[in-house]
Amino acid sequence: MTVDRGMNDRVKKLRLQSETAIPMISIERAVLMTEAYEKYEGRVSIPVLRALAFKHLMANKTICINEGELIVGERGPAPQETPTYPELCCHTLEDLQIMNDREKIFFKVSDEVKKIHSERIIPYWQGKSMRDKLINSMTSQWQDCYEAGIFTEFMEQRAPGHTVADDKIFKKGFKDFKKDIKESLASIDFYNDPQAYEKAEELKAMEICADAIAVFARRHGEKALELAKTEKNQVRRLELEKIAEVCFRVPENSPRNFWEALQGYWFIHLGVITELNTWDAFDPGRLDQHLYPFYKNEIAEGTLSKDNAKELLECFWVKFNNQPAPPKVGITLQESGTYTDFANINIGGMKVDGSDGVNDVSYLLLEVVNEMRLLQPSSNIQVSKKNPDQFIKKAAEIIREGWGQPSIFNADAVMEELIRQGKSIEDARCGGTSGCVETGAFGKEAFILTGYFNLVKILEITLNNGIDPRTGKRIGLQTGNVDELKSFNELMGAFKRQLKHFIDIKIYGNNIIEKLYAINMPSPFLSIVIDDCIKKGVDYNAGGARYNTTYIQGVGIGTITDSLSAIKHHVFENKRLTMGKLMDSLNKDFQETENIRQLLLNKTPRYGNDDDAADNIMVEVFNIFYEAVNGRKTMRNGTYRINMLPTTCHVYFGSVIGATTDGRRAGTPLSEGISPVQGSDRLGPTAVIKSAAKMDHLKTGGTLLNQKFAPGVLDGETGLEKLTHLVRSYFRLDGHHIQFNVIDAKTLRKAQKNPEKYRDLIVRVAGYSDYFNNLNKNLQNEIIERTEHKQL
Amino acid sequence: MKKATIFNIQRFSLHDGPGIRTTVFFKGCPLDCWWCHNPESKSFKEELVFSASKCIHCGECIETCKTQSLSFYKDTIVRNEDNCNLCRGCDVICPTSAIEAIGKKMSTIDLMKEIEKDRVFYEESGGGVTFSGGEPLSQADILYEVLSQCKLKGIHTAVDTSGYGTWNDFEKIHKVTDLFLYDIKLMDSKAHEKYTGVTNIIILNNLERLVKCHDNIIIRLPIIPSINDDDENIIEICNYLSKLRVRQVHILPYHDTGIDKYTKINEDYRLKGLKSPTEEKMFKIKEKIKAFGYEVKIGG
Repeated sequence: MTVDRGMNDRVKKLRLQSETAIPMISIERAVLMTEAYEKYEGRVSIPVLRALAFKHLMANKTICINEGELIVGERGPAPQETPTYPELCCHTLEDLQIMNDREKIFFKVSDEVKKIHSERIIPYWQGKSMRDKLINSMTSQWQDCYEAGIFTEFMEQRAPGHTVADDKIFKKGFKDFKKDIKESLASIDFYNDPQAYEKAEELKAMEICADAIAVFARRHGEKALELAKTEKNQVRRLELEKIAEVCFRVPENSPRNFWEALQGYWFIHLGVITELNTWDAFDPGRLDQHLYPFYKNEIAEGTLSKDNAKELLECFWVKFNNQPAPPKVGITLQESGTYTDFANINIGGMKVDGSDGVNDVSYLLLEVVNEMRLLQPSSNIQVSKKNPDQFIKKAAEIIREGWGQPSIFNADAVMEELIRQGKSIEDARCGGTSGCVETGAFGKEAFILTGYFNLVKILEITLNNGIDPRTGKRIGLQTGNVDELKSFNELMGAFKRQLKHFIDIKIYGNNIIEKLYAINMPSPFLSIVIDDCIKKGVDYNAGGARYNTTYIQGVGIGTITDSLSAIKHHVFENKRLTMGKLMDSLNKDFQETENIRQLLLNKTPRYGNDDDAADNIMVEVFNIFYEAVNGRKTMRNGTYRINMLPTTCHVYFGSVIGATTDGRRAGTPLSEGISPVQGSDRLGPTAVIKSAAKMDHLKTGGTLLNQKFAPGVLDGETGLEKLTHLVRSYFRLDGHHIQFNVIDAKTLRKAQKNPEKYRDLIVRVAGYSDYFNNLNKNLQNEIIERTEHKQL
Repeated sequence: MKKATIFNIQRFSLHDGPGIRTTVFFKGCPLDCWWCHNPESKSFKEELVFSASKCIHCGECIETCKTQSLSFYKDTIVRNEDNCNLCRGCDVICPTSAIEAIGKKMSTIDLMKEIEKDRVFYEESGGGVTFSGGEPLSQADILYEVLSQCKLKGIHTAVDTSGYGTWNDFEKIHKVTDLFLYDIKLMDSKAHEKYTGVTNIIILNNLERLVKCHDNIIIRLPIIPSINDDDENIIEICNYLSKLRVRQVHILPYHDTGIDKYTKINEDYRLKGLKSPTEEKMFKIKEKIKAFGYEVKIGG
């Protein structure tokens, strides 16, 4: 049942189309890419090859203008039709079959697509794709760890991306960028600069791409005019003519009004996600601030009404939802099992001069978020101490509806994180968060996530003296037999050595992978819009951005804290259990020792209850992880940092770990983000917030805290106030991010039993929302469990 | 060192005064209200309770008991109360928390440590700490100590009281209390005695004296259908209050969420089957009291 919520008929229709179109694989991009490589590979430099391939795509891909839409352009030939990227990951026919057949996150694959794929795509790309290059370049040690589930690898099927636009694309057109590119080309010092050739090739590639995006936009203009010719409805005909006018203007030229600003961004978005299958797609970032100048002018001049603006925004929203995340397989699917591609609109925060950034468009965007209730784009509010409470309350009104958007970020903490990492104060203020919770200097930083890191698995391997009990393989160091441990500190020492060992393996691999991308897979189009790639003449994937940060994301801090706390408490302090007895229970998954499991569950100081006995261990583990990663240098002249988020990886990571000493059974999910173990927080939200804030968030590039409320707790004006107070308190303690699920476990259980009746039930997962029906059973159960223990 | 007997400390408490609060529940109450939803708070003694549904029959409690007071009887654990010295060894050892101690001795330092944990939330929300019970005034000495500490540290304090205490105690604590939540239940003293175990004389006397020296008192009136929700009682209370300097009245609808706790502590619930007042009824009572010129709020 579609509820009105204020959408007009046009928007309702487009939304319905977006929600009901079946995700399927389009082979068009793969064919065009293959044609381009056949034609140019080996004849031109690699950046120019990539640019010519991009141009070939822009000049030849099917142009789609959906009925009634105002903002135009699809990545595939039609909504939900999704391209493949064989130069990155050449799927096997079996992969395609799996995508077609799987129950969740499927993509239908027609026989024709299969045929073309096997006759045209596989023969050209097999063994040559980045996935092949990458896996073949890894050591056997790396392979063992990857298979054991110590870490995941983001670049295995998808390209680095993880970046966001700033205001320049709303102020400049590609004509202007071309001028910048030419100037940079002209300034290359061919006499003294040993990188002169590389720079020139990269800049030439950018120039080709700048032209290509303009061609792509103009083709939409032509298509609109063609449709207008046969359009019988006069209103629509005028709209199509207007669409044509806009498409002939942007993004080649700078946008002059609200409509052009949105359409111009959308073409750039499509450019980025067509060039490569960048992680987290692309993102307009601080949309309210980018749009406000246009909005203000046009409202004053009377050329735009609030309703017009809202309609355009809602048409724009639908475009994001029409582009599911490119199909993933294997572990990459397990770590990010969703159609969501993580574009995350930032609302609020501060302006470049540090003043309150909330404006009329901020409130308008909140209205749009509430009316649309789409998975994509995701949305968040950036809350600074300078923003009015009214702004949080408006957002809280939407949050308490229970579908998990918008999430809430601490704009002041985000800024401090960026400054700590060395950004200028202005660049920091124009930054924000993207993807799930990742901090970045928008328009100027490559903040690339490289893989989740399984903190709990490291403990398991430590307890088994370097051996992975699941396979019996020795993949860790021999840090000693746990039966002989004399103190808890000895255990922590052993854990620290193991963690450093595995981080080294991950970074060894990362360093090779970064180079593989820098050399083989530049992204000259993306490079145009991220400072200072043009100025430096260096590609985004090779370190061209002003700031280059590489992340490893820690998973399972709640589970590992409780597991260590249990050992400390029951073995070393109360001496109620021996290490031998405990290990025996773990090996048998607590069969015959339910009393021990209950003891571990109920009588262990646990993270999330504002109890230093547990929280100090959390801090210690966090610091060990931080010390092992933070500050190390990357191959792109950047720096390693950590953040703490899981997407859906806590489920996968749990599946490769046996029973743990916190009483968790073998194979079940780990705790997510920095949230406590599901159901172990027993003192309510203030205690959770206090525990979570003991972590030094400012040393990360993002943390993720999930909170749940039973419906009703947030009722009325008082409810909104209480939520505001909770958020402000967490942020005073430098918490980075908090998100809320407002739903009871009973409803979720019903939805699990009768999925057909709960098709539109959306829940917060970890850094994003998804249809409850789209989640696999383990994740559904995990969310039920974390919702179950409500207070009040 | 003086110690208070506390049966619960509830954080993120939203209904016992302004803002986000921590409510400290003292154990022990001189009243015996039929509708009490915290029956485990009545006795001043520490107690051990047993939840059969949580017991996994591991027998660890029986093994650990130094006074041999515990034994299995028909799938459940029974305790010889005469023998037991409440050493709490069984409560500590029980892996499932099927055996739970109710009541904990806490010093002022212990209490302040807990209270101060949520300071940031008090400051953001205009909240603070509320002392409730049981009857906090029954442990007036330590209550005074903790209230004074809070005052010193700038934490807003509320005392939720039945009013049943000595005036001496009131006199002592009112200077360090920012807000009183003062319960009035029934004007008819006989009925009051029937349903609460005590007459209302002391309660009303204390209130009359308190209003003269404290100007932040909210009257809390639990609405118990068929016991005190009749017009006569409501109007009588309003008439009575109009002679005093109070402006705010909170009416709290009866609910039976405490009913399971009676089973746990082996007591009969005297209001079985009694339903909560309807929203409409609550609204009517609210309007009635408002007509006397009070600010009225449903719920705390």
